[in-house]
Amino acid sequence: MAVCVAVIAKENYPLYIRSIPTENELKFHYTVHTSLDVVDEKISAMGKALVDQRELYLGLLYPTEDYKVYGYVTNSKVKFVMVVDSSNTALRDNEIRSMFRKLHNSYTDVMCNPFYNPGDPIQSRAFDNMVTSMMMQVC
Amino acid sequence: MSANEDQESCCKDLKMSPMRWDFPVELCCRPMAFVTLTGLDVTFNAIHRAIWDAFCVNRRADRVPISFKVLPGDHEYPKCRSKRTSYEWYIPKGILKTGWMNKHLNLVPALVVVFYELDWDEPQWKEKLLECATRVEIVRQSLQGRNTKVAVVLIQKKTPLPPGEDVIASERAAALCNACDLSGKSLFVLPHTDHLVGYIIRLENAFYEHAQTYYYAEIRRVKSHKEFLNKTTHQLLFVRHQFKIAFFSELKQDTQNALKNYRTAYNLVHELRSHETNMLEIKTMAGFINYKICRLCFQHNTPLDAIAQFRKHIDICKKKIGSAELSFEHTAWMSKQFQAFGDLFDEAIKLGLTAIQTQNPGFYYQQAAYYAQERKQLASQLCNHDPSITYPSPDPLETTMGVLDFYGQRPWRQGILSFDLSDPDKEKAGILALQLKEKDILHSELIITLLSNAVAQFKKYKCPRMKSHLMVQMGEEYYYAKDYTKALKLLDYVMCDYRSERWWTLLTSILATALKCSYLMAHLKDYMTYSLELLGRASTLTGDQKSRIEKNLIKVLMNESPDPEPGCDASVVKTAQKLWADRVSLAGNNIFTIEVQDFVPFVQCKAKFLSPSFHVDVPVQFSVYLKADCPHPIRFSKLCVGFNNQEYNQFCIVEEAYQSGDILEQSSQGTVCLVPGKTRKFTFKFVAKTEDVGKKIEITSVDLVLGSETGRCMILNWRGGGGDAASPQEALQAARSFKRRPKLPENEVCWDSVTIQASTMIISRVPKISVQLRHEPPALTNEMYCLFVTVESQEKTVIKDVKLTAGLKPGQDANLTQKTHVTLNGREICDDSHPALLTDIPIGDLQPGEKIEKAIYTRCATVGTRIFLVYVCYLVNTTVEDNEIICKCHKDETVTIETVFPFDVAVKFVSAKFEHLDRVYADIPFLLMTDILSASPWALTIEASQLLLADTTIAVDQLESHVEKVVLQTGESASECFCLQCPPISTGQGGVAIGRYVISWKRTSTAESLPVITTVTTLPHVIVESIPLHVRADLPSFGRVRESLPVKYYLQNKTSLVQDIDIAVEPSDAFMFSGLKQIRLRILPGTEQEMLYNFYPLMAGYQQLPSLNINVLRFPNFTNQLLRRFIPTHIFVKPQGRQANDASIEAA
Repeated sequence: MAVCVAVIAKENYPLYIRSIPTENELKFHYTVHTSLDVVDEKISAMGKALVDQRELYLGLLYPTEDYKVYGYVTNSKVKFVMVVDSSNTALRDNEIRSMFRKLHNSYTDVMCNPFYNPGDPIQSRAFDNMVTSMMMQVC
Repeated sequence: MSANEDQESCCKDLKMSPMRWDFPVELCCRPMAFVTLTGLDVTFNAIHRAIWDAFCVNRRADRVPISFKVLPGDHEYPKCRSKRTSYEWYIPKGILKTGWMNKHLNLVPALVVVFYELDWDEPQWKEKLLECATRVEIVRQSLQGRNTKVAVVLIQKKTPLPPGEDVIASERAAALCNACDLSGKSLFVLPHTDHLVGYIIRLENAFYEHAQTYYYAEIRRVKSHKEFLNKTTHQLLFVRHQFKIAFFSELKQDTQNALKNYRTAYNLVHELRSHETNMLEIKTMAGFINYKICRLCFQHNTPLDAIAQFRKHIDICKKKIGSAELSFEHTAWMSKQFQAFGDLFDEAIKLGLTAIQTQNPGFYYQQAAYYAQERKQLASQLCNHDPSITYPSPDPLETTMGVLDFYGQRPWRQGILSFDLSDPDKEKAGILALQLKEKDILHSELIITLLSNAVAQFKKYKCPRMKSHLMVQMGEEYYYAKDYTKALKLLDYVMCDYRSERWWTLLTSILATALKCSYLMAHLKDYMTYSLELLGRASTLTGDQKSRIEKNLIKVLMNESPDPEPGCDASVVKTAQKLWADRVSLAGNNIFTIEVQDFVPFVQCKAKFLSPSFHVDVPVQFSVYLKADCPHPIRFSKLCVGFNNQEYNQFCIVEEAYQSGDILEQSSQGTVCLVPGKTRKFTFKFVAKTEDVGKKIEITSVDLVLGSETGRCMILNWRGGGGDAASPQEALQAARSFKRRPKLPENEVCWDSVTIQASTMIISRVPKISVQLRHEPPALTNEMYCLFVTVESQEKTVIKDVKLTAGLKPGQDANLTQKTHVTLNGREICDDSHPALLTDIPIGDLQPGEKIEKAIYTRCATVGTRIFLVYVCYLVNTTVEDNEIICKCHKDETVTIETVFPFDVAVKFVSAKFEHLDRVYADIPFLLMTDILSASPWALTIEASQLLLADTTIAVDQLESHVEKVVLQTGESASECFCLQCPPISTGQGGVAIGRYVISWKRTSTAESLPVITTVTTLPHVIVESIPLHVRADLPSFGRVRESLPVKYYLQNKTSLVQDIDIAVEPSDAFMFSGLKQIRLRILPGTEQEMLYNFYPLMAGYQQLPSLNINVLRFPNFTNQLLRRFIPTHIFVKPQGRQANDASIEAA
C-alpha cells in the first residue's frame, strides 16, 4: 500500500515520517520534501476559495517514474503526504482519501493528548500502529 | 546569488560530445522538400550570385519550406537500384538503412532546376536551344530511374511582355519545351530586374508544387509495394515502408498524415518478434518513431498527445532490457529518450506552449539523469574488468564502411536475422568491446548536465525544493567525479535551505558528503565547520558516528591528521592523507574563526544580562550559558565576550592554560570543560563607565576558543547573545510546552528556561535629594507667577555642582514656548526675550542635610494648562566594587499649572438717565460704565485704573480712578463710571473708538517688591449719530403735592437750519400746569429755546409728568419717541406734610 507516510508541520518541517524499511529512507525524505513545492502551490491557489468550501484532500501531487505522491492539508496547515508505489494501480482515489481521513483522525487523537506539545515530533504508539496498518494493507 | 551563478558555471564546463545514443541529425531536423539548382555560377557570376542569395539568404518563416542546394549541371545523383518486381525471395536484413533519411533530405532531389541564360530574341537561338536541351538531358541521365522532376529557368535580361503579346516568345517557348521534353509548366522565365525577390518567391512556389507532386508520387510508389509483402518474411518491411511513407509525408509537409503513418509504424515496430539479438534494433527504431510522433504532436499543439505517446513508449520499452551484460545500454537508451522528450517539450515552450509546475520538462531531465545514474551504476558493476583484459582484436565494433548498414544493429553481426548466435566467441568479444568502451564514458558529466538542465527548469516552475534536491544530487555527482570544490559549492548553497526548513535527516546526509569532500581536500576550516554541525543536536548521526567525528575534530585541533571518512576510495584517501600531512607540517594561519550563528553547532550558547537595566553605581552582571551536545566532554581554552563598548571586553574572559594533550581528559572539575548535556554557567561582573549612563550595553559577540594557539585553534563566534539556526524554534516549543522542568541540583540550570538577554541599559544612580515645589496655583495671565523650589540633600557626602533647570517642559505645544517666560528676577516684568526654560542654574555644593530654596518666576501670557519641569542634577562620589566613581545624579519633578484670567472687564454705555444705549448722539453726554469682575481665586489689589480716551471722545468732567487700592475677593467686582461725549462725526463712519481702559493690579498676597501688572482692555466702538434737535429738562429732583413745581425745557437746534417745531403738552391727571399748552416755534440754527412750565402736583407718588409732544416739521422721521428719551417722564411727588413738621421736612 503506502510506502511512505509523512506528517509535515505548518512551517514545513517534518513531524513524522516513516517509510518501508526495505528501501532507501533518505530517498523518501527527499520525495516528501520536494512534494511540498506542489503542496505550497496548491495551498496558495486554494487560499482564494471560500474557507468552508475548502477541500482538504489535495489529490495526486506529482507522479514519478516509480511512485505516486498524494497530499492532504488540514485546516491548520499541517500536511500529510503519502507515497504510493506506481505499480499499485488497484488503488483508487477514494481509497487514498479514506486513508488520509484515517490519518487525520489519528493525528487529531495525537493532538488531543494533553502531554503532546504541538510542533514536537509525533511519538505516539497509536499513531505509529495506524501508519503501520496503512503500509501493511493489501500487499 | 553568486553561489547560484557558480552552480550554473559548474554545469557549463561540461561539453557534450556527440554520443552513440544521440539521435541522428537527419531524424531531429524538420524535413523540407529538397530542390537542387544547376547551371548557376555563384562564385564568379554576380547575377547568379544575386539569384542564389534571393533563394537562400534571410528566408523568413512565411516562405515555402524547401531546402535548396546549388550543384553543377553534371552532378551525379545517387544511383537508383533496379526496381524489384517481386518480393517473393527477398528477405530484408534490417528495419531502416542508416543512409536512407539523409539520402532523401540531402541527396535525392524532388526537383532539379536547370538555370540557363537565354533571351527570346537571342540571335543564336538555335545553338542556345540545343545547348539547353543537352543540359537537361545530362540531368535526366543522372536521375535515371527516379521520379525527380526537371524544370528549366531562363535567365533573361529583358522584362517579358504580358503573355500572348510576344508572339516570338510563345513560339520559341514551345520550341524549347519540345526540345527539352518539358511540359509548359516546367519552363520558367526569370528576368533579373528590380523585382528579383518577387520573381524568386513566385518561382519557388512553383518549385514547391512540383516537389509536392514528386513526394506524393513517392508515397504512392512505396504504398504500391505493400501488396507484395507477406507477414512471415517481410515483417521488417512493414515497418520500413510505413516509416518511409510517414517521412515522405513530412517532406511533403503533410504532417497530419505523417503523424498517422508514424503511429502505425510505431505499433508495427512493437509487433516485430523480438529477441535479445534484435532488441536494440527494435528499441532504436521505436525511439526514432516515438521521437517523430512527439515532435509532430508538439508541432500540432497537442502536448497532451505527446505526453501520452511518450508515457506509452516508456511503459512498453521500460522492460525491454535486452542483454543483461549490456544492460547499461538500456539505461543509456532510456536516459536519452527522456532527455530528448525534455528537449522537445522545452522547445515547444519556447515557441509559446505553457507548462505547469507538475508537468514541465524538468521532470523528464530529472528522469533522464536518474537513468544516467543507473547506467553509471550498471557500468561500474559490469565493466570492472581486470586491467589485464585487453580490448579484443580485431575490433569487433569495426565496420567496413565505418558506419552501420541498419540502425540499431550490432556491428559484428549486421544483417543477420537469426536469433541463434552463430559465433558465440565473436559475440563475447563484441560485448567485451562495448563494456570496455563504456568504461571510458564520463558518466558523471552526463548526469550533471542532465541535472543542471532539470534545475533550470524547476527554477522556472516554482519548485525550490526540487531544485535543491537536484543540486544536492549534482553535488554528490561532483563528489563521485572527484571535483570536490564544485561539490562543496553546490552543497554549501543548498544546505541553508534544508537547515531553515529543519529537515535534519536531509541536512545530515548533505553534511556528511560535504565533510568527505573537505576531508579529501584537507580543507581545514570547512572540515571543522561541517564537523561541528554534524556533532550538533540537529545531526541525526548515531552516537558512534558522532564519537568518531569528535575524535577526528580533536585530532585536527591538536594539529594531527584526522582518520579518513568511511566510504571513501582508498586511492583518494591516500592523496588526502598526503595533503593532511602537508597541512600539519605547514606553519601558517592556524586560527579559524567560524561564525556559528547560522548553523546548529555542537556547543550552544546563550548570554544573559541579569537585568534589563543597571544603575551606574551597581556592578553590571551577566552570565554566559554553554551546553555541549557532542558525545564526549570537551575542553575549551578561552571564552570571551565582546561588547559594543569594547572597554568592557577585558573584564569578560575565562581562560585556562592547559596542555594541548589534555583536551580529552574527562575532568569535569575544570572550569573550562563542557560536559555533554550539562549546562555550564559563567558569571561576569563589571562596573559600567559613567559615560555610558543612558546608553545601552550590548553583547556583540561571544567567542569560544577550542584548541590552543600553539596547535590549531577554532573560534566559535556567536553574534549577539548567542543562539543558532535552530534555537528560536526550540525556544518557542519550550515556551509552549506544559512539561514540568526536570528538577536539577541547586547549581545547575535548565537550558530551556534560559532566555537570551543581549543588552542592558545603564541608568543613572538613584538620586538622594528631595525637590519640593511651593506655589499658589492657578497662575494669572501675565503675572509673575512665583514657584519656590526647595532642594534638600539627603546624601551622606557633599554633593557638588548642583544645577537646577526649570521652566516649561520641552515637547509641548510650540505656541506655549513663545507665550511662557521664565526668570529668576521677580522684580520686573519679563518680556519676550526671556526663555521658556532656564537651564543649568548653578546652585553650588550642598552639605549633607543642607537645604536651599530658589524662587522661579514665570510669566504666562496665555491661558491654558502648562507642564513645568524642575530638574536638579549634581555630582557625587561613590564607591562601587572598590572603584571610586563620580556619579551624576538627577531628579526631576514636573508640575501642571493652569493659567487663568485674573478678572473680566465688562463695559457698557448708558444715557444720562442710566438707560442702556446701543448708540450715542453727537454732542450729547453719555456714561461709560466699567465693571471689573474678579475671576481669581486669590484676592487682587487694583492699584490703579485709567481711561485713555481716543481723539474721537472727550471727557465731560475730570477722569479720575474710583477703584484705586480696592481689594477684590473672588467673585467681587469693582465698577467705575465716566461721563463722556462724542463730537459729531462725518457721516458714513460705522463707529468710533472710545479708547482703552488700563488696570494696574497685583495679587494682594505678593510682596511689595513684585511689580504691578497692567492689563489693557480696549473699549468697544460705539456708533455716533447726529440729531436735529435736543431737548433738555431742568426740574427739581422731587415735587410735593400742591406745591408749585417749575420745570424748564430747553430746545436746542443742532442743525444749521431754522427749525419749525410744534409743541403740545398733554394734560395729566396728576398735575395741573400753567404754561404754553400748544405752540409753534421757530428756532434759529445753533440757538436754544427755553420753555417754562409750572406744574402743580395733585397726587403723591411716582407720577407721570404731563408729556411734552414735540413735532419737528422738517424731520418727520425724528419722532417724539426719541426725543422723550432725553427728558424725564416721571417724577416723585411727596405727599403734603403736616403743618407742624413742615419746617423739618423742608430741612430734609
